[in-house]
Amino acid sequence: MRGFWKLLLVQAKLYLREPIATFFTIFYAPLVLLLFGAIYGNKPTPFFGGRGTMDIAVPSYIGLIIATVGLIGLPIGAAAARESGVLRRFRATPLHPLAYIISDIAVYLLMTVIGVLLLILTGAIVFHIRFEGNVLSVLAGFLLGATAFFALGYLIAGLAPTARIAQTVGMVLAFPMMFISGATIPLEVLPAKVRAVSQYIPLTHVVTLMRGLWFGDSWGQHLTEVAVLVGCLLVGGIVAARTFRWE
Amino acid sequence: MGTAIEVIHLHKSYGPVRAVDGISFTVEEGEIFGMVGPNGAGKTTTIECVEGLRRPDRGTVRVLGLDPRRDGYELRRRIGVQLQEASLPPRLKVWEALDLFGSFYPRRVDGRALLEQLGLADKRDAAFEKLSGGQKQRLFVALALINDPELVFLDELTTGLDPQARRATWDLVRGIRERGKTIFLTTHYMEEAERLCDRVAIIDHGKIVALDMPENLIRSLGAEQRVVFTADGQWDDTPLRGMPGVTRVEHIGERTVVYGRGEGLVGGVVGALERMGVRFRDLRTEQPTLEDVFLALTGREMRE
Repeated sequence: MRGFWKLLLVQAKLYLREPIATFFTIFYAPLVLLLFGAIYGNKPTPFFGGRGTMDIAVPSYIGLIIATVGLIGLPIGAAAARESGVLRRFRATPLHPLAYIISDIAVYLLMTVIGVLLLILTGAIVFHIRFEGNVLSVLAGFLLGATAFFALGYLIAGLAPTARIAQTVGMVLAFPMMFISGATIPLEVLPAKVRAVSQYIPLTHVVTLMRGLWFGDSWGQHLTEVAVLVGCLLVGGIVAARTFRWE
Repeated sequence: MGTAIEVIHLHKSYGPVRAVDGISFTVEEGEIFGMVGPNGAGKTTTIECVEGLRRPDRGTVRVLGLDPRRDGYELRRRIGVQLQEASLPPRLKVWEALDLFGSFYPRRVDGRALLEQLGLADKRDAAFEKLSGGQKQRLFVALALINDPELVFLDELTTGLDPQARRATWDLVRGIRERGKTIFLTTHYMEEAERLCDRVAIIDHGKIVALDMPENLIRSLGAEQRVVFTADGQWDDTPLRGMPGVTRVEHIGERTVVYGRGEGLVGGVVGALERMGVRFRDLRTEQPTLEDVFLALTGREMRE
């Protein structure tokens, strides 16, 4: 794994040098939180089971960040590195392919974590949001959701012939998902018919799992979510591995 | 001197296309070995099979005593590679690229000195996307040298460069060889191969059609020299035609081309013109080039 840490550092720096990626990964969700917080505040309401809008929003927006990175940032980045010949250049060195892939995943994970921490911090400081869960449990749920979506992202990059197509596919999947999964608008507000559709959207399961764990649900109450996300992780991972190419 | 590269009966097809069709050659340590031929002749496929980036269908490849497919990691530590189609992340800075690629190798040279030698010292903090074509090429050369390799691969190094940058790159390549490295390069510029390489393999349709030192290839052709000059007014070229060694004389407007062989051709032509009292100017000689060799061997001109 010679060169791994250096690669990780360089990839992280490169990520932060892309203003658009940095904005949508790290600052977008906290800004949306501030906006909706200014409109709705965080007064407890029976509609959300005695919790405020912001209490619900913070764990839900974690899904927003995961979807942005996994379905938009990652497929574009991975397909562009292949298409432009960056991967070819790395391949001609003794760097182990696994080291490259792990570093790639680690950087996306790191950026997602930074975005999530800033979101939680904003919620805690500005809206004094409630947290009734177990930190490790929430962390595990987050890791499952993030890795499942990263796997889907690599699947898109692997199946798309070009970076442009990867970008289009990622966005076409991500934007509707964000709005009918509960990741931006709470599921409770959506009409029943939309909610029926949202059950078939992977992001809904990230949001449901994160909200559940955030307020102290046990994993046993979320077997459906876990099954769907593990499925995404496996299918995405296998297809990504099979369609991976250096050029 | 040992053998750096040994290739025996290399075959590689893409579908029905035989990109490389039974190529054999050896590259000795310390030489600049060039593979020339038109685009699509199989140069890049050959070099990438030797580098271990492509799997040959058939044939044996040994590089520095290693099998590129089986001992790829060990081999990649000891070679430097400049690829024909490669890139770096757009916002990666020059010094970061050297620092990063250097970290992949157990042994590396001073990146700062390398940039100095390659004329990139003032571009240390520039992003890859801001570099000119020539600067990018030099950075890729720097990356190919960062691990102090025994053997350097340069695939179409000067393609897309202007003539001045191309000449500067030739000096660079000679400099690498002077440091004791072996160089295997491909090019579709015959002039480049002729000026730069100790030995040249001419490749066409996946086969080597000739392999020797450039001067031997040219000599083996038995091609004629040409003496070209411009003369004013009317004059009788019979004495020129009668000279020993002269095969024919052509007139194109005011310009005259004398074809012939032998050491004394130029002196003979000049002497004859002076005896006849013909006023001539712009006299020059044209030697046959690898371009002529290619034409003679394949029956067609090299094309870009």
